[in-house]
Amino acid sequence: MSADFTTLTVEQLSRHYGRRKALHRVSLACHAGDIIGLLGPNGAGKSTLLSILATVLAPSEGHVRYGTLTAASGGAALRGRIGMLGHDLFLYPELSALENLVFFGNLYGLADAEARAKAALARTGLGDRAHDAVAGFSRGMRQRVALERALLHEPRLLLLDEPFTGLDQASTRALVERLRQVQRAGTMTVLATHDLDTVDGLLTRECILRQGRLLGVDASQGTLRDRYHATVHGA
Amino acid sequence: MRQFLRVAWLVVQKDLRVESRSFEVVSTTLFFSVTVVLIFAFGLVREGRPADDVAAAILWIALAFSGTLALGRTFERERQAETLRALLMAPADRPALYVGKLAGMLVLLVLIEAVLVPLIGLLFQAPILRYPWSLAGLLLAGTVGFSAVGTLFAAMLVRARSRDVLLPILLYPMTVPVMIMGVRGTAALFQATPDEPLARFCLAFLVFIDVVFVTLALWTFEPVMTD
Repeated sequence: MSADFTTLTVEQLSRHYGRRKALHRVSLACHAGDIIGLLGPNGAGKSTLLSILATVLAPSEGHVRYGTLTAASGGAALRGRIGMLGHDLFLYPELSALENLVFFGNLYGLADAEARAKAALARTGLGDRAHDAVAGFSRGMRQRVALERALLHEPRLLLLDEPFTGLDQASTRALVERLRQVQRAGTMTVLATHDLDTVDGLLTRECILRQGRLLGVDASQGTLRDRYHATVHGA
Repeated sequence: MRQFLRVAWLVVQKDLRVESRSFEVVSTTLFFSVTVVLIFAFGLVREGRPADDVAAAILWIALAFSGTLALGRTFERERQAETLRALLMAPADRPALYVGKLAGMLVLLVLIEAVLVPLIGLLFQAPILRYPWSLAGLLLAGTVGFSAVGTLFAAMLVRARSRDVLLPILLYPMTVPVMIMGVRGTAALFQATPDEPLARFCLAFLVFIDVVFVTLALWTFEPVMTD
């Protein structure tokens, strides 16, 4: 079964933890090449939404459709078309950068995992550190390896949770440029972030969450920061 | 099936490679289990003569405690960088991930047993070489049963705040049959007049428990890890 898809549709999605509503009737749509920003204060439900999109968390109500597929109908093949970079990077610190990428490449069933891993490390400028343990890397270097891990299998949907945290300006610029490359390749990206100035101009569209609800955004207002403050504090 | 085994093997290789770089789980678990055995030896060996029929129980107590420690540390490692989540997101059969984690745990515990059994033989004068294959069979079958349940629970509890407390609370009651059969079978081999039929019965019962535990764990791993 082909698990390829070029649209992502979230319909009336809710997630409850007991009586607490982490997400409440959230709907959004995403198309190939879109970069959707999930913005909002801490506890707004951004990470919960990313976990549901990553198929590791089941919604309490509503649906997520990846093209014509759902998490249940797409199963493992669908997971193979999704890449995720979490806040905790998903890397084994004891293993080298190359070993991490090759391990996940093999796990994703890539026939040329080692060649892809080496190419990915060369692209990030870490080719000469390929055999060094990730534990010895700076936050920015680890972030670059982690992003390549998420992109190694050329996903249709890329999910990023706070990808700019702890990065210096050079690393931030490099990450933004890499996301533009990914966008040109037609990958859909959904990223949760607080770095409004960094992603202003990068995002195709922003979705602002507060207390699990999606707020309406007035797109005519100035910068992303202006729109965010008008939406969150004006709501 | 080939794909299933390939994924399981990848996970085992990765776990052993990570452990070979840090020796964190082997060193802490080995130190702990040897300490447990030594404390019992100080209490139960008088003038070079151990108390009667205690060796089997001490061996299995040390294995249960050190196994719990190893399970906790192994999954703590997967929790720290959220790598368990990355494994679950891969397009691999989730039961294959379970089998890989279980096999990695078995290798670590067999290494611990390779040190513990001679130590028990030495300190408690247990005849570990009288029926070496039967003893190895009992230990292996018991370790599989213990690890099968332990791996499932440790994976389930990886996000729980009080996982260190909950793991033994859930694990020990569930593995009581494993412990009873392990201790009875091993004691039957160690006693002055060995009881081979009893040891064989215990081994057969342990294999039966292993089949039940592994089947249940394979069946439940995917649903319990999805949420």
